[in-house]
Amino acid sequence: MSNDHVSNLMKGHMESLAAEGKRADGRGINEFREVKIETGMLNTAEGSAMVHLGKTKVLCGIKMLIGTPYGDSPKSGTMTTSTELAPLADQSFDPGPPREQSIELSRVVDRGIRESRMIDFEALCIEEGERVWMVYIDLHILDNDGNLFDCCTLAAAAALSNAKIPNVQHGIADEDIDLPVTCWPISCTFGKLGDSVILDATSDEEGVMSARFTVAHDENGNLRAAQKGMNGAFTDAEIREAVKTARASDNVLREALKGIQ
Amino acid sequence: MAGQTDMELIKNGVRLDGRKPDELREVKIVAGVLDNADGSCYLEWGNNKVYAGVFGPMECHPRHKQKADRAIVQARYTMAPFSVNDRKRPGLDRRSSEISYIASQAFEKVVMVEEFPKASIRVDMQVVEAHAGTRCAAITAASVALADAGIPMRDMIPACASGKVNDIVVLDLNKEEDNYGQADLPLAIIPSTGEVVLLQLDGHLTPEQFEEAMDLATSGCMDLYDKMRAALENRYGGKK
Repeated sequence: MSNDHVSNLMKGHMESLAAEGKRADGRGINEFREVKIETGMLNTAEGSAMVHLGKTKVLCGIKMLIGTPYGDSPKSGTMTTSTELAPLADQSFDPGPPREQSIELSRVVDRGIRESRMIDFEALCIEEGERVWMVYIDLHILDNDGNLFDCCTLAAAAALSNAKIPNVQHGIADEDIDLPVTCWPISCTFGKLGDSVILDATSDEEGVMSARFTVAHDENGNLRAAQKGMNGAFTDAEIREAVKTARASDNVLREALKGIQ
Repeated sequence: MAGQTDMELIKNGVRLDGRKPDELREVKIVAGVLDNADGSCYLEWGNNKVYAGVFGPMECHPRHKQKADRAIVQARYTMAPFSVNDRKRPGLDRRSSEISYIASQAFEKVVMVEEFPKASIRVDMQVVEAHAGTRCAAITAASVALADAGIPMRDMIPACASGKVNDIVVLDLNKEEDNYGQADLPLAIIPSTGEVVLLQLDGHLTPEQFEEAMDLATSGCMDLYDKMRAALENRYGGKK
């Protein structure tokens, strides 16, 4: 998912910068890039959002259909998250069926939304055991400049908060109502660059970092989901520190999300 | 094409969306909207919304698809799951595969493929909102993206459909006309030579109506061509 063609010279440069608490693009190591959220641009989707995180751009569309609930949760609606790494977003994205990296991305985003109980699943029940709303979160990556995990989670949260249940279209009620949203999960993704840990890596930084750590918090500052990725490792202290940093740094994304409501 | 229908799609020469028979929906084209792609374009055509991105020329994978004497164009047309009212399953279906294939061949006619033996030029067209006419929108957007990428080309190819509703030949079918009309004829041309690089037809047209539909689609393509050039001039400056 990252830029595979970063030179050793650049790698050394980025590592020594990080050791001094600096970044190639002038940010601090615990600083997000500029974030911009737009919502409601798609008429065919029940909810939609476009998130720019620096140069990374993700478009999210929410579709809601009626289906049968799972046998073990007859009163709950369902949710499915998928990501499309569109070939136009990055030269290294191949056309074809979703591969492991895309599946990991979908699942981490899914967990952040699902485990925070952002969606009130019981409010999606139409008829117990028979009919429930199925929420589909489809994430389209249009431009990849790193940190798809946080950008996708933010796009999904923004699109969900913008979604309306299509009651009229499906003949359930006379009025479309807002999808009930209970809280706001925000994920923060860190990378290990040399001996330093940086927040919100660009594509170039992803190309030289050895390990990735994502943690999602709800608005009360409680952890809801986490994932460590790539073939490097973090120390125990780095993980604990990153979780604390996430709580301090995710405000900028939270503010951006609040701005759309 | 549903063929015969009682639905009144044109009343006193005015269509359901208020257009005249020979009028295009509103088109907005912006070149260079993505950072990673070598060239890109965002296009709105009525309510259709399409992104196109181009990479290349670059080494062709898989290798067995390489041509010793020229580049190939690998175009890919996909519709987002949320682009239609009922969610579309992600990925390539038979319709997308066919459109991707004929679009690739249309682009190979105008791109100077002989300049880049063994290379590939990747063209990705993503439809994010669909309301009839998405293949034309996608091909038009991709042409602008190819030009934006600086790929040597003989010309750009605008694409536009004409069709028939209530026995009247009309330009640029909207959703209702596409669903309940009598014919649909998407056409892509090379404006500088007038050659046809893509043509499909389904429905029912008399020979006279076919002539009329060809004329109308061609004039639609020429209108689009002006808008495509304007989008590039907007991005790069150029003689006004």
